[in-house]
Amino acid sequence: MRLPLAGGKRPPYSSATMIEPRFTHRHLLGIQGLGPLEITTILDLADGYVAQNRSDDKRKNLLLGRTVVNLFFENSTRTRTSFELAGKRLGADVINMQTSASSVAKGETLIDTAMTLNAMHLDVLVVRHPDSGAVKLLSEKVNCAVINGGDGSHEHPTQALLDALTIRRRKGRIEGLTVAICGDVLHSRVARSNIHLLNAMGARVRLIGPRTLMPSEVTRLGVEVFHDMRKGLDDVDVVMMLRIQNERMNGRFIPSIREYFHFFGLDRDKLSRAKPDAVIMHPGPMNRGVEIDSDVADDVERSLIREQVEMGVAVRMACLDLLTRNLANRGVQ
Amino acid sequence: MPNRTQSGLVAYTNARLLDPATGLDAKGALLTKGEVIADFGPGLFQGGVPDGIEVIDCGGLCLAPGLVDMRVQLREPGEEHKETLKSAGEAAVAGGVTSMVCLPNTDPVIDEVATVEFVARRARKNGLAKVYPYAAATKRLEGRELAEMGFLLEAGALAFTDGTKAIADAQVMRRALSYAATFGALIVQHPEEPSLATGVMNAGEIATRMGLSGIPEQAEVIMLERDMRLVEMTGGRYHASHVSTKAGIEVIAKAKARGLSVTCDTAPPYFALSELAVGDYRTFAKLSPPLRTDANRQAVVQALKDGVIDAVASDHAPQDADSKRQTFALAEFGGVGLETLLPVTLELVHNGHLSLLQALKLLTSGPAEVLGLAAGRLKVGAAADLVLFDPERPWLVDPALFHSKSKNSPFDGRPVQGMVVRTVVDGRTVFVK
Repeated sequence: MRLPLAGGKRPPYSSATMIEPRFTHRHLLGIQGLGPLEITTILDLADGYVAQNRSDDKRKNLLLGRTVVNLFFENSTRTRTSFELAGKRLGADVINMQTSASSVAKGETLIDTAMTLNAMHLDVLVVRHPDSGAVKLLSEKVNCAVINGGDGSHEHPTQALLDALTIRRRKGRIEGLTVAICGDVLHSRVARSNIHLLNAMGARVRLIGPRTLMPSEVTRLGVEVFHDMRKGLDDVDVVMMLRIQNERMNGRFIPSIREYFHFFGLDRDKLSRAKPDAVIMHPGPMNRGVEIDSDVADDVERSLIREQVEMGVAVRMACLDLLTRNLANRGVQ
Repeated sequence: MPNRTQSGLVAYTNARLLDPATGLDAKGALLTKGEVIADFGPGLFQGGVPDGIEVIDCGGLCLAPGLVDMRVQLREPGEEHKETLKSAGEAAVAGGVTSMVCLPNTDPVIDEVATVEFVARRARKNGLAKVYPYAAATKRLEGRELAEMGFLLEAGALAFTDGTKAIADAQVMRRALSYAATFGALIVQHPEEPSLATGVMNAGEIATRMGLSGIPEQAEVIMLERDMRLVEMTGGRYHASHVSTKAGIEVIAKAKARGLSVTCDTAPPYFALSELAVGDYRTFAKLSPPLRTDANRQAVVQALKDGVIDAVASDHAPQDADSKRQTFALAEFGGVGLETLLPVTLELVHNGHLSLLQALKLLTSGPAEVLGLAAGRLKVGAAADLVLFDPERPWLVDPALFHSKSKNSPFDGRPVQGMVVRTVVDGRTVFVK
């Protein structure tokens, strides 16, 4: 049997429940380790949810009776809201727990938290944490499905999936595209997840940024690295901008905002090197005038930033759907 | 344990006698009288053991000088929930270690005569492995003012080190080397440039994939290169602990070739593990220095073969469960090592890298020579500190069975070969398997 690979002919959009899940993992901790078939399964399912979200009847009772907890150790509005909406649209009970990581400086408390959550009989736990590996650690201690909502500089799998869905819907494929990821790759979990996903789906990945913001031996992840943004953007199909944190701007990694924007900020001029139909993406929230010029960020022809947010809800619905199916399959709880 | 005879004489018969210092490797027997070795050799007791001597039949197993572990963290005083002098002593003798040298990073710091004496007295009371303290090179390990080295030496400090912290300031290091040399004392360095060592694991592809901040190899190399200049400048004696990189080893080899008074050791994780052990954020593999690439691991093995590395130390660093059951970034550095020191080092023998005598030398007379310690060899009149071990016997490392209070072994679950059967300190059997 020929497996439906990305970029080739996809099966026509079908209603979500008709798709046979090819995703058997208990948790979604990262993109690394997922194959193209699994990624395609999530994206196909999410496509169906996009249609549902656009219709009048946005609600499905698929997860009726299920409990989803958003456990966020970092400030986040959009990712948390997106997961909350996704859970509610599927009929689950969604609880938000916002904890500042500084008041929970000890990982022992993380494990205590896991014990507390176990006693509450959750079905899905969505976790965001400032330390790489923290979500994996929690997943080993809880008896529910865990979705990584972003851990340190490690992974942010649902962001990469929503980016992929956005690209696939606009470009019709992922395979064969050239995608440039620009900015603070060193600290970016979004970049890592996207590198893994785009490589798995057969895209070509370029990284663009100053050397101080490039991780050590990053070319081993299967990417090309550019330090000249104009060269890096030559003929690319997709420009993904990364958010740069303010605390990294004060001379520790780069000398100043104005110098950064001059060399690595996305503006009309640099963008002219990309393909004429190249699209612009950003995981948000944007620092206008730091990594991206408002002029291009708001260009309705080129910017997919609004679509990314929309795809985010659909992709997260697909992830919740698949993981809870696996809960049922395994007879957990 | 058989009853002691009144003569105070104990004969260890039917042994494979191993003395790395002299190259002795022969079937024979050894006689102890009270606390010291009275006689030994292939011909001893060939006509049978006379009456009145207690006989311990070694069953053909290896009888060697007790191991000398030159880098151990004891945690007492100050962190007795992680380890005490007693629990470390029990772990040591279970691992065949009869002398260990402890770092001064306790609370209070071993930077005063009173603390040196406290540790020595408490250890003597336990009567297990002998404990020799390093004293702090700088007061409170702050890297600023020199500790009272002269007094500390008189009180029994073996050498000076700031423990797990590098003596980072070049002027302070220069004066520490210079002042210690006044008394002929050794400075032991944790060779790592702290401003480069802000990460949590080895820098490179694995750290990049895991999203963990990296410590580059250059952190070690730069500190060693700087220190070699200071050794040359001051004429001091210098020992680098737990070298972990190919380039760092090359710096030491060159310094030795130039005739500088420089020695170094490494620890089992650096020749038996690589950064891959960090795997799924395993905090037990979070060590300082970090586990490196396999190419560096191979360079450490080669340096052990070539004799560039003078000793193997356990680098025993007990951490309680709470300190390790954390996210990788927050977890403490270090692993326990006393009870795996011998078998993991013997892997180098089983893999054909070292002879049994070479491996034992790194664990006995090698470190003893570096420290000027009267230990680590079979010698008539010397303290009867002995280890009897089966070099072949296989077992699985199970930290739950450790005598150490802490269970944070990077070798958790590893199949190893070589088991300590009996440990003797000052003629007394202190451990029997």
